[in-house]
Amino acid sequence: MSEPKRDLVESPEEAAATGTLAARISLSQRAGGVAVPVATIVLAFLIGGLVVLATGHNPLDTYRDVFNGAGLNWFFHPTTSTQGAAAYNLSQTLLQSTTLILTGLAVAFAFRCGMFNIGGQGQYFVGLVVANWLGVSFADMSLLPHALITIVGATLAGAAWAGIAGVLKATTGAHEVISTIMLNWIAFYMASWLFGDGGPLQTSDPTRQTVPISNDVARSAQLPVIWGTHGFQGLDIGFLIAIAALVVFWALINRTTLGFEVRAVGFNPDAAAYGGINVKKNLIRAMTISGAFAGLAGALDMVGYLYHYGQLDVQVSQVGFIGIAVALLGRNTAVGTFLGAVLFGGLLYGTTQGLSSNVIQPELATNLTYIIQGLVVLFIGADLLILYVWNSRRRLRPRRAARAPVKAAA
Amino acid sequence: MSDELVLEMRGIRKEFPGVVANDDVSIQLRRGEVHALLGENGAGKSTLMNILYGLYRPDAGEIRLNGKPVSFASASDAIEAGIGMVHQHFMLIPVMTVAENVVLGTEPVKDGVLLDEASAERRVAEMAKTFNFAVEPGALVQDIGVGQQQRVEIMKALYRNADILILDEPTAVLTPQEAQDLFEILRTLRREGISIIFISHKLKEVLEIADRITVLRRGKTIETVPREGATEESLARAMVGREVLLRVEKQAADTGEVLLEVEDLHVTDDRGIEKVRGVSFQVRAGEIVGIAGVDGNGQTELIEALTGLRRAERGLIRVGGRELHHPSTREALDAGLGHIPEDRQRRGLVLEFSLAENIALHDYATLPDSKWGWLFPGRLVERAKRLIQEFDVRGGGPFTPAGALSGGNQQKLVAAREISRDPQALIAAQPTRGLDVGAIEYLHRRLVTERDEGRAILLVSLELDEILSLSDRILVIYEGEIVGEHGGDVSEEQIGFEMVGVAREVPA
Repeated sequence: MSEPKRDLVESPEEAAATGTLAARISLSQRAGGVAVPVATIVLAFLIGGLVVLATGHNPLDTYRDVFNGAGLNWFFHPTTSTQGAAAYNLSQTLLQSTTLILTGLAVAFAFRCGMFNIGGQGQYFVGLVVANWLGVSFADMSLLPHALITIVGATLAGAAWAGIAGVLKATTGAHEVISTIMLNWIAFYMASWLFGDGGPLQTSDPTRQTVPISNDVARSAQLPVIWGTHGFQGLDIGFLIAIAALVVFWALINRTTLGFEVRAVGFNPDAAAYGGINVKKNLIRAMTISGAFAGLAGALDMVGYLYHYGQLDVQVSQVGFIGIAVALLGRNTAVGTFLGAVLFGGLLYGTTQGLSSNVIQPELATNLTYIIQGLVVLFIGADLLILYVWNSRRRLRPRRAARAPVKAAA
Repeated sequence: MSDELVLEMRGIRKEFPGVVANDDVSIQLRRGEVHALLGENGAGKSTLMNILYGLYRPDAGEIRLNGKPVSFASASDAIEAGIGMVHQHFMLIPVMTVAENVVLGTEPVKDGVLLDEASAERRVAEMAKTFNFAVEPGALVQDIGVGQQQRVEIMKALYRNADILILDEPTAVLTPQEAQDLFEILRTLRREGISIIFISHKLKEVLEIADRITVLRRGKTIETVPREGATEESLARAMVGREVLLRVEKQAADTGEVLLEVEDLHVTDDRGIEKVRGVSFQVRAGEIVGIAGVDGNGQTELIEALTGLRRAERGLIRVGGRELHHPSTREALDAGLGHIPEDRQRRGLVLEFSLAENIALHDYATLPDSKWGWLFPGRLVERAKRLIQEFDVRGGGPFTPAGALSGGNQQKLVAAREISRDPQALIAAQPTRGLDVGAIEYLHRRLVTERDEGRAILLVSLELDEILSLSDRILVIYEGEIVGEHGGDVSEEQIGFEMVGVAREVPA
């Protein structure tokens, strides 16, 4: 008889009773492989579909149009010229995904160190603001250095902003969820004021003196476009930078001593300290790196395709929060974050594009994304529910799950 | 004890995916007996009891209660039938009183809706008196000690009219004195006709309290024997299936230079209370120095200060002649200090990490594990393979998460990591807590081997047996001070007195 093994996920109640939020979520994420995120998505889409149904439309039509609106039909008609609508839509989906990859990584990295970074939105604003300021200044520089300075400056600013929460946690024990939420509001009002009427970053164009929108960043700071047309929101090389960020994330976590420390602290700070790892240093460092990802998101949006930003944009932006759903759904891994970002990028763009009032109530269109996002976070946050379903499925069919870990036999 | 059978479990079989946890297990419980269920971790004790308590359904076999066949669909069925279970982890509500916890779920009610507090307290007080529980019904559970909390759990079962009581490893959380108090209570219960199933893997206490002993091994009943005639050796053999060396064989210590030295160390705990008060001692190469004491007398703080996990108020630590002032964990490691921590799951291992990563927990940042911050996972795996083989860690390979191993193998993994770093001094805190006989035997032998290799070994343990059988010198710690120092041949009685603060000579 093989030695009975202890099962990590067998007693969720016990673990949840003692563990932190991060421990609970990492617990739920170990259960059931990819089945749980897939089930989460399916369930979220089903309930989203019910909402559509309640408004008197056929959810299948809606989802088909969202799919096409996101440009995903391009994969079935790739020979259509790049000027085609599908190609344009797909490029827009990828543009949204660029942001979400990075705001997702901002959440995922902190998570791997056992912290819940809710502050991606604020860190993103800080990145946007600094990128706009640097991109508008130094207008006479040449392209590469100017874009580089802008991106690096905004990334560092995002890192520093998140670092505040890290320092507070390491020194005073202030919970990062509370401090990052507060930092979000500070960044929100700061950006509102900076871009607002009379604010320091408001446009200098004398004909638009009362418009609460910033100047465009200089041409020398604008990133080259790789798919589509510059000036028409073509897909810029920011997308490739986001892909590179995924690789950096993966390598940092899995192939460096820094990642080793981050993961050790994330799983078990007591054991990490015993191992000789400086836990406080890692909390600060992980939070800072998290913020760098979100700051980079703001920078790439600014120099990639937005070029300017306004007070109203500040009020409606949600990308930092969607990043939470992206990371949770992607189980805080690089590949998962990419898939989650493309999914939500497609939803964000697909629901605004080409949905006729025949298939969905216009008021519902954009909000469908947020409903699904909310459901995803809710389901993953309600890990106990999912674990319960998962475990009772196993209890009901014990013999079939021959490869599953075994409840300790004594 | 009468010969009347209150419970009979016959031919019980329970299979989990890949494991037969119970295979044709039978046990008979007489009225008013303490019946020990003895077996190593994983032998199937808990499964059998969970079946009895209605938590699992058996795949085969029958349960007879007072001669009548029964089948429980849930724990409430079992409670209804007069079966009570006290788990290792208590299920009490800390902010409620003893009486409230006892009556919870079946509260006496007045005026239709209100909890009749006075009646609850009165009934609980009566029960406490009948069974000599010495528990204050009005006290808050959070204010009473672990031993008393356990009594509250027993009272909960009795309050629901249990006449069969299952105790799952009840002494695991108790000090030796509390264990004695528990045994006294069990004897009282036995006199009152209550039948007790006592789950344990500790041979000594089984021989002390049980009337009859059923031994399980790998899911099978090996034998049921009366206490009379059973010995530790015979029980160990039945449990493990082979001869076990309970005595640790070792030569006289051949000591060398002082490798670990502590001078006038003062350490406070998190609440600012001084827990270590001026401790000084030396450990030489080639000797095992044991620190005996009741839990909570400063052992934890002493170890934490030595290993850099806690900052000492003052005092001096020398490892291999090197002075350490308020060392960080890293500095203590670099000075040549190895540490098998008292809680392997909380401190010693990252359970989610693979075996390879756990083995690298101290050295991941240096060659050959990494260079300039870049990890070489292949090298981690190579080293893990070697150590897994050398230390006979079973149940997984380099990529297996440490949490999937059994307790004994987890501890071997910790020992493998600490010893393979070739420390000058090794601190072993509770190295065999919760382990079964086979793993204990292995770790004890290993500690003696490492002693003979010329390491200085500091053994801190709450198990007096362990201290006595391994140590070349014994220090007794009481309220943060060393109150006695002895050779390895001191009597258990002498140390027992010093451990509770009675400094008196036992006449030889």
